[in-house]
Amino acid sequence: MTEGGDVASGETSVDERFYDALLEDDPEDLYESAPCAYVSTLPDGTIVKANRTFLVWTGFPRHELVGRRRFQDLLAPGDRIFYETHFRPLLRMQGQVREIAVQLVSRDGARLPVLVNSVVKHDGAGNPLVVRTALFDATERRAYEAELLAARRRAEESEARARALARTLQATFLPPAIPPVPGLDLGGAYRPAGDGSEVGGDFYDVFETGRGSWGVVLGDVCGKGPEAAVVTALARHTVRAEALRTPYPSAVLAGLHSALVRHHPEQFCTAVLAMVEPAGGGARLTVSSGGHHLPVLARPGGDAGPVGESGTILGMLDVPRLSDASTLLTRGDVVVFYTDGITEARRDREFFDDERLLDLVRSGAGRPAQEQADRIVEAAVSYQGGDPRDDIAVVVLRLP
Amino acid sequence: MGSGVLARNNVATKGDAEARAIVFAHGFGCDQNMWRFVAPAFEDRYRTVLFDYVGAGGSDLSAYDPDRYGRLDGYAQDVIDVCEALDLRRAVFVGHSVSAMVGVLAAARAPARIGALVLVGPSPRYTVDDGYPGGFTEADIGELLASLDSNYLGWSSAMAPVIMGTPDRPHLGAELTASFCRTDPEIQKRFARVTFLSDNRADLATVAVPTLVLQCTDDVIAPDAVGEYVHAHIPGSRFVKLQATGHCPNLSAPEETAAAIAAFLEDLERG
Repeated sequence: MTEGGDVASGETSVDERFYDALLEDDPEDLYESAPCAYVSTLPDGTIVKANRTFLVWTGFPRHELVGRRRFQDLLAPGDRIFYETHFRPLLRMQGQVREIAVQLVSRDGARLPVLVNSVVKHDGAGNPLVVRTALFDATERRAYEAELLAARRRAEESEARARALARTLQATFLPPAIPPVPGLDLGGAYRPAGDGSEVGGDFYDVFETGRGSWGVVLGDVCGKGPEAAVVTALARHTVRAEALRTPYPSAVLAGLHSALVRHHPEQFCTAVLAMVEPAGGGARLTVSSGGHHLPVLARPGGDAGPVGESGTILGMLDVPRLSDASTLLTRGDVVVFYTDGITEARRDREFFDDERLLDLVRSGAGRPAQEQADRIVEAAVSYQGGDPRDDIAVVVLRLP
Repeated sequence: MGSGVLARNNVATKGDAEARAIVFAHGFGCDQNMWRFVAPAFEDRYRTVLFDYVGAGGSDLSAYDPDRYGRLDGYAQDVIDVCEALDLRRAVFVGHSVSAMVGVLAAARAPARIGALVLVGPSPRYTVDDGYPGGFTEADIGELLASLDSNYLGWSSAMAPVIMGTPDRPHLGAELTASFCRTDPEIQKRFARVTFLSDNRADLATVAVPTLVLQCTDDVIAPDAVGEYVHAHIPGSRFVKLQATGHCPNLSAPEETAAAIAAFLEDLERG
């Protein structure tokens, strides 16, 4: 006990406790009883020195380890492979390794998950002399990691399921194959945004109305994911149902508008619908657009330009403004329906735009409809470096 | 095709471009740097060819096709592709670890390209089977895959700067450090599965070129009995036991490894 000073008699001074602790923690004891295990080995793994903590963890008496066993002998068999194929090469090439996770197998066969750091001490000529290894008990960390890994695996599985679901759902937005229509050549192409893991809102359909005419619809539901998917399915089926009741595309789209307002007041979509019926030697095309890009019509030897009149977006206003526009198609005429995934395809700040599309339509005229559709989608995809940011849908109608 | 393969497999050639080629192939785990202490010994008399399998080291990871590399044949095709891209004839193929069996498969399929085999630590089957001393059980291999899983937690991109070589002894440049022994964990695991669960014992008898088996001391991955099995089943093969311990004599004892290969090549040239 220190006398005098400010320290009251009977209490240990701060200084005294400090020096007691310092003496207690001499280097020898620090090594032997450290809160981590130490082991020193030859480059081939032969154990030359180990601290008491290592002996306690592994359950081996010193004389059974030093000069008798190699570090890798104390690893689980799977970890021995990792040791030979990763640990040793890394150690040799880098002179150290860190945070290697392995399991120590103790003398009685019990396993202890540890994290291992090793450094190589070299001789004067740069040859490896001794490997110093510190091991940290990682039982709880490894248990937690196992949980994380299991969670990651579950997440990956559910992501894969969601992707499969998205693909299945998406497939219902498009006809499996465009039906053959007498006197017409039709082709359709679709490409989802990004990796296709999310359900997009683009759809198209080609169907018979029962009056000797055919309907071609192409649209884009606002948003993505399950909500958009529900509306997309509704849109496609509503158009088919409405088209049985009325020959006017604008009336069909008005029906779709009402269905949206009634069932999905928060959702809206754009769509263009064309009815095609034989007329004379050609065909009559009647088009209505609910806020959608007007289809492009290209005539042989003539110029290409939009056909029809723009209307309002479906599901948005109380009373939609929709109109029908008719035109007569003759041999060689081509009509291209498309979503904004084409014209709003972007490279840096520049858009793919109408002009590029019109050029493609003009230069493609004469080719089969399917080939033209594929060609347009391909051009928009490669314009974006192969990774489209939005869904792309194209339908090409051609009078052969 | 040619230059595409050279970039895809990160092919590096040195030595005498007119001389016979030695193709050094790395095994499971790391990349062509496994040969960096051995290959230079042959540059004065041979053309040395180093490469990374697709999925390893500096290879083009986008060329990785899970189906193709789901079998050792896919890796053998990489060897043949490299030989064809460089138009090699009668090349000496030096394969470490699993590459030993890859070389056996490639030699059978492209006999004009590969004229001799050096199998370093070969094993035609790593798991035990009815008296065959493979060394591991399938449960052990499951443990290896789990080990790869937990160790790749530590190989995140954030860890890379921490793992840089020690400044006072820069064994590897930063660029090499970043890729050595590290690749896409899914690719690595698949390679592990292909490597350690394959059985190529029947392919040994197809070898029709001069072959050297280099066996290490105390190799847990390819023990003596396995090396002797390979030697016994490859007609006319030569067997050399190295003093080097462990599975990677190309790193732990490069001089001894190079000397053993050189002695084999000398006899080969003498005919």
